[in-house]
Amino acid sequence: MSRTWETPGGVHPPENKSQSMTQSIGHLPIPGTLVIPLHQHIGSPSKIDVTIGQAVLKGQTLTRATLSNNLPVHASTSGTVIAIDDQPVAHPSGLTAPCVTIASDGRDQWIEHVGVTDFRRCGPLDLLQIITDAGIAGMGGAGFPSAIKLSPSKDKAIDTLIINATECEPYITADDAAMREKAQDLIQGIEVVCHILNDPKRVVIGIEDNKPQAIKALRPYIQESSIEIVPFPTKYPSGGEKQLIYILTGREVPSGGLPIDLGMVCLNIGTLIAIKRAVIDGEPLISRITTVTGGACGVNRNYEVLIGTPISHLLTHNEFDEKNCSRLIMGGPMMGFSLTSTDVPVVKTTSCILAPGHSEIPADTPAQACIRCGLCAEACPVSLLPQQLFWYAQAKDQERLEAHNLFDCIECGACSYVCPSNIPLVQHYRSSKGEIRKANIDKIDADNARQRFEFRKLRLEQADEQRQAKREARRLVTEQARATSNTSQPGSSAADIIAAAQQRVITKQASPEQQKAKFERALLAAQSRLQEAEKRLIEATTNGSKQQQTICSASVESARQKVDQTQYRLRELTD
Amino acid sequence: MIDSIAQQPMLAALIALVSLGMVFGALLGFAAEKFKVQGDPIVEQIDNLLPQTQCGQCGFPGCRPYAQSIADGDAINKCPPGGQNTINSIANLLDVPAPALDEEHGEEEEIKTIAYIREDECIGCTKCIQACPVDAILGAAKLMHTVIVSECTGCDLCVEPCPVDCIDMLPVVQGIVQWHWPNPPTTIDLIATSKMSSQEDAA
Amino acid sequence: MQLVLLSTLPGFLALSYQFGWGTFINLIIAVVTSLIAESAILALRNRPIAFYLKDYSAAVTAVLLALALPPLVPWWVVVVGSLFSIVVAKQLYGGIGYNPFNPAMVGYVVLLISFPIEMTSWVTPISLLPEGVTHPGLWESLSIVFAGNTPVDGVTGATPLDLFKHSNGLVVDQIYQNEALFSQASFAGVGWEWVNVGFLIGGLILLKTRIFTWHGPLAMLGTLALMSILFWDGGSSDSPGSPIMHLFSGASMMGAFFILTDPVSSAVSNRGRLIYGALIGLLVYVIRAWGNYPDAMAFAVLLANFAAPFIDNYTLPRTYGHTDRRKATEKQEEE
Repeated sequence: MSRTWETPGGVHPPENKSQSMTQSIGHLPIPGTLVIPLHQHIGSPSKIDVTIGQAVLKGQTLTRATLSNNLPVHASTSGTVIAIDDQPVAHPSGLTAPCVTIASDGRDQWIEHVGVTDFRRCGPLDLLQIITDAGIAGMGGAGFPSAIKLSPSKDKAIDTLIINATECEPYITADDAAMREKAQDLIQGIEVVCHILNDPKRVVIGIEDNKPQAIKALRPYIQESSIEIVPFPTKYPSGGEKQLIYILTGREVPSGGLPIDLGMVCLNIGTLIAIKRAVIDGEPLISRITTVTGGACGVNRNYEVLIGTPISHLLTHNEFDEKNCSRLIMGGPMMGFSLTSTDVPVVKTTSCILAPGHSEIPADTPAQACIRCGLCAEACPVSLLPQQLFWYAQAKDQERLEAHNLFDCIECGACSYVCPSNIPLVQHYRSSKGEIRKANIDKIDADNARQRFEFRKLRLEQADEQRQAKREARRLVTEQARATSNTSQPGSSAADIIAAAQQRVITKQASPEQQKAKFERALLAAQSRLQEAEKRLIEATTNGSKQQQTICSASVESARQKVDQTQYRLRELTD
Repeated sequence: MIDSIAQQPMLAALIALVSLGMVFGALLGFAAEKFKVQGDPIVEQIDNLLPQTQCGQCGFPGCRPYAQSIADGDAINKCPPGGQNTINSIANLLDVPAPALDEEHGEEEEIKTIAYIREDECIGCTKCIQACPVDAILGAAKLMHTVIVSECTGCDLCVEPCPVDCIDMLPVVQGIVQWHWPNPPTTIDLIATSKMSSQEDAA
Repeated sequence: MQLVLLSTLPGFLALSYQFGWGTFINLIIAVVTSLIAESAILALRNRPIAFYLKDYSAAVTAVLLALALPPLVPWWVVVVGSLFSIVVAKQLYGGIGYNPFNPAMVGYVVLLISFPIEMTSWVTPISLLPEGVTHPGLWESLSIVFAGNTPVDGVTGATPLDLFKHSNGLVVDQIYQNEALFSQASFAGVGWEWVNVGFLIGGLILLKTRIFTWHGPLAMLGTLALMSILFWDGGSSDSPGSPIMHLFSGASMMGAFFILTDPVSSAVSNRGRLIYGALIGLLVYVIRAWGNYPDAMAFAVLLANFAAPFIDNYTLPRTYGHTDRRKATEKQEEE
């Protein structure tokens, strides 16, 4: 048996896993409508591919991947698209996101699909394309596109494949159930991935020792292969990717890095089964195994649920007792989040719907002051000092938060769990992380704005200088001309030409009547302009800003000068 | 020699103090040279903290002149777009108490707004283009203008010059992507104080 | 916190058995004063009173102060100490969780400096009382504490640490022979050894229930033992006393398990607590051996409280995925 390492910290919350393992994985009737969020993974959103009223078949793509880091979603059953709009989705914010709503026709008719006959004959890139097209994202929680994880990297060869069968969160048994009942699919999935990764040196299934039956179910399949099963003592949070890597290999993923930096890839049970289905059966990811459990549910059981099934549909088939439910949680009690509505759909990362009774998970008690007892520091699996982080989070001291490695916090909730003062520590960290990220974005924006402002200033200054220079040049020319006209022959310089031309013009309009008429016209125009300007000034004084007023009064003044000037010329002429 | 000095306490004290002074003076001088802090000038640092909207609400033509003015001793609470956060960080930098925002220069807005031009009403006068401090408006004379959303700082300097009032300041959409976890409900002692302040507001 | 209160019981019983009713009276006065002071300040600060009294922190402070004070000390000494602990050292800094210094020890030091005579006259242990003299009964004790009556001759006397402080040129063996405090002792000093054993038992209970970790107490006791071994010098007249005497005299055990384990004012990481505890052990020995005061727990703890943020700064644990420990004040390096 391989050696295992022990992570620091960790907690042992009551497991509560047995109640949902009394029955095998169940199937639910197809719900009337399915709401499929378009964005169920980390990465950019993808382009929508259907229109309202269009009939779709089970497994048909609803969106098309346009970039390397986005994934398509598929219709989970056959029916008609009845809406493409923003709907509430499973997200801690309770906000809405774009979704496609499908009214199922009940026939559950598959689109034509075919798997790869022999995946060993396919190149890794072809298989990765199949995985991408099937819309497979990590089903453990984060939803990272699996194909990207498995893509060959230039600088680092992958020599270890880690299968995360830990499932350390209390209550959740989806992976446990999958291993017991779909062990063959799982092993085939592993084989496919091994082929893609060009047969890594070590393939290891990391599993907590509270799942002996799953281990027993897997054993027959791995006897002839090089796959290892490594059980280790149950402790929360061993299932964090970084924790699992340390437990199995004794190596740590560098801060800010990825497992691939160590030449490792870590995949979840559900993901591997989905990969098997995509490659061998040609089925895209349209369903997953989800645990429905908790004291407020009459039936606690795992289900193979279609993606997009409303939570309310799951709950009604499980004798859900709303009065007895303290809160509705998606995910486990440690890292999950409360749902505000039962209308939100199941997505690719929904491992559990937990409806605990009032006595199981009571409402939050008010937080007391931190007495720095240090229990949180002992529970922290990444050796942070949660009490110090809390201190700085309250003070909003972002520099110190980063110096105390806030961004290495995996938000496992072990600190909040042990806190005797009931302080919601993880929430403080999440909020601080969000604020720091936002501050960083704001900083980039501000720097950008500053750069543009400075550039504009420079540009205006340059334009000004150029104008100055031109004016200067003209002045020089005239001066030169004047100087030359005094010494040289008349008619030789530019100034003389202009003067001559002006002379010609004057002689042309020599008739005083003509000149008078012209000045009169000018006077009229100037007077009307003056009236206009005065009107604007009145308007500005009644309801405009100070700046407007000054502009208007200046224009009135200039108009008045123009009138005076014209009047003066006219008088001069008539005199 | 040493004996004669020791017999005259005045002289001994004088020599001791002067030599001590010289030694420590030399030490300090050396340290000042050796460990000289090559930091940004203070104006740069203040400018870095300002939000760079270049809106001029502080009464200065842009953030940099205001930073200069703060460095020369102006009040630090004249920047509404930065709000209390900016005031706090400048106060922290300068090691002075953080005052509340000076309402004379405007109020802090909760949600960031950005200019949008109602494009079918735009007459193409280029006045807003000239007003924009960060060149975030695109267009040419007698052609429709539009705001480059990612570059707009929300300073609203373009709203006023528009002769046909076709520029709106609209709040930035807060979608699921921008969302981040809010602060958890405050602890009980903070509830008591906020109760107190709300009573004061009511009174 | 309730558990902390309960585990002071062995120490309290030992004190009461050895020195009479005085400690019990101290305890009552201190607890009542502290609770009243805490409530009053909470009311002034507009904080919910019941919510904060329920955490027992004021009671713990009061009990620790009362156990540290000499029995039969006048009532106003206890009141002043409790008030100072709660009002100045705790609430003025922001209440529970925000005090940089151990409130009970602040109160103790203020009393020790302000009222040295009252604070240094200890009651004689029960087995050393002169013929025909007993500890005053409850009623008599009350009259001593509240009405200022002087106790009968022989009821007050020196403590073991006092004897070593004022050894008058005697070598250790002579002290041991001449003084009944040592000659009749089981292993360290009459009366005191059992008080310290009492606190040791209480401390071990708390350690077992994981109220605090072993780092602080062990480092403190270890350093104290190490220092007293290093400087024992076989018993000359300059010797500050044997390791056993130091470990089981004065406030050694109470300090190790009940004072320096106060989480609020101590260092936060386990490594930090090792340094923090060792620093206290060192300071206790230095002040006992070469300082002006016979015992030094309070001073040592307060000095270490000063150093705690500094210790924290240099003892950040190594976070997962980082190759080296960092200092808290270090800025994130851009790579």
